[in-house]
Amino acid sequence: MSSALSIRQLTKTYGNGFQALKGIDLDVAEGDFFALLGPNGAGKSTTIGIISTLVNKTTGTVNIFGHDLDRNPAQLKRCIGVVPQEFNFNQFEKTFDIVVTQAGYYGIPPKIAKERAEQYLTQLGLWDKRNVPSRSLSGGMKRRLMIARALIHEPRLLILDEPTAGVDIELRRSMWTFLTELNQKGITIILTTHYLEEAEQLCRNIGIIDHGTIIENTGMKTLLNKLHVETFLLDLKDPIRTAPQLTGYPSRLVDDHTLEVQVDKTIGITALFSQLSVQNVQVLSLRNKTNRLEELFVGLVEKNLAKVAI
Amino acid sequence: MSSELRPNLIALNTIVYREVRRFMRIWPQTLLPPAITMVLYFVIFGNLIGRQIGDMGGFTYMQYIVPGLIMMSVITNSYGNVVSSFFGAKFQRSVEELMVSPVSPHTILIGYTLGGMLRGLMVGVIVTILSMFFTDLQVHHLGVTIVVVVLTATIFSLLGFINAVFARNFDDISIIPTFVLTPLTYLGGVFYSINLLPPFWQTISLANPVLHMVNAFRFGILGVSDIKISVALAFMVVATIVLYLGCARLLVSGRGMRQ
Repeated sequence: MSSALSIRQLTKTYGNGFQALKGIDLDVAEGDFFALLGPNGAGKSTTIGIISTLVNKTTGTVNIFGHDLDRNPAQLKRCIGVVPQEFNFNQFEKTFDIVVTQAGYYGIPPKIAKERAEQYLTQLGLWDKRNVPSRSLSGGMKRRLMIARALIHEPRLLILDEPTAGVDIELRRSMWTFLTELNQKGITIILTTHYLEEAEQLCRNIGIIDHGTIIENTGMKTLLNKLHVETFLLDLKDPIRTAPQLTGYPSRLVDDHTLEVQVDKTIGITALFSQLSVQNVQVLSLRNKTNRLEELFVGLVEKNLAKVAI
Repeated sequence: MSSELRPNLIALNTIVYREVRRFMRIWPQTLLPPAITMVLYFVIFGNLIGRQIGDMGGFTYMQYIVPGLIMMSVITNSYGNVVSSFFGAKFQRSVEELMVSPVSPHTILIGYTLGGMLRGLMVGVIVTILSMFFTDLQVHHLGVTIVVVVLTATIFSLLGFINAVFARNFDDISIIPTFVLTPLTYLGGVFYSINLLPPFWQTISLANPVLHMVNAFRFGILGVSDIKISVALAFMVVATIVLYLGCARLLVSGRGMRQ
């Protein structure tokens, strides 16, 4: 499969001397749904800023669908749509005008621009708000407006920088469905998010950036397989006073109705229930203590922090 | 038509249309105030005080100050439109909409400049129409009048753009108009002929670019000027080219916009 995005030895040093990127290499295949994760200040937004030409790089190359950022910026820009983290539209303009104006910047004739604006605003549930000044939209609507605006020139690569931040769960799920449909239509998507459940559910590949370097770049399944131990919380039917003796399963009592158990993947979970059953402990339900990707992410970042500190 | 020309023409049309829509939407802030201010100038300076002053340069005082007041409106509105619109786009970060798009820096610059020029010229037309309620005006040289007013609107639109690029807060976009533009305009021969000044101050006044523009425009309308028209026109053409190249360079570098 051909490459949608190819970054080589990308560095960025800001005017104050802060080195945000320390020579990263990153490849995203065409058609991928890629998660770019990292703690705050890791370099995610700088990377996206450089790709979308809002930040000047210091050294390195960026190539999108064969278009080099230095040699052919106009063609490169035509290929990408950007949904930034912060609202960046004119708060006094009407919703419809914002989207149509953006189409004009891409050289799309007004007639086609208006048709597409109607299509995307309808799909994103904003058509009845088309004549409303954008400042009066809710936070979720403003995020959807930025998605409609980013899609108006029908980009091949869509970059979303925390698109669901501050969005309620119902709307978040509807946005997940919308983004999945876009990806199925062939649009390559790069997503940054702090909701790791979101990344796990949507993305096929993942890159983790920390302190300006890529510390992991692999498939989502491959990464999740690296998680050898998962922590589960068991909701118990009857209260117990002390944690049951469980061979091979480190456990502790959270409260008299909740038992926390660590499960090694090589052992599995079946024997746990056998042991609990023998001790007359009945389990109503179980859940992961934290998201699986979150456990891995925290582990990787902590490991990298120790390395950087050395 | 080349593959990049047509999209850039559509983008240019979009920017200009958006700029016009902006100042028309807020017309009580953009078109009405200069009209009211200039009517007050006509009544107080032209009519009440002007009757006591008598003739100037062979014309009534009202006739003498009308070209200067029209230019004053064009200057402040061309400048004000670009500086407030572009700084507003920076402040709200909507300038990023333009920067992520493939539109060329020249298209952006021409679009904003045309927006400023159109507001300046529209206000100029409004003030001209209002002046006709106070005095009769015969245009002496239409070509010079049009060229001078268009070049002036262009120059001050470009200056407004530079101010907006360097501005970091709202104070920065009011400092230049208050402490530079207004004094230069008032001392630029709007209300008087520099022949009334002592020789030393006449020479100093020649360094004021607004003086050249006002006098060239007055020549176009009334046929009288304190300075040579050829010098004024040459100065305006050179200023337009230099300012355009400077603005284009600022845009390409991303100064004040890209990190």
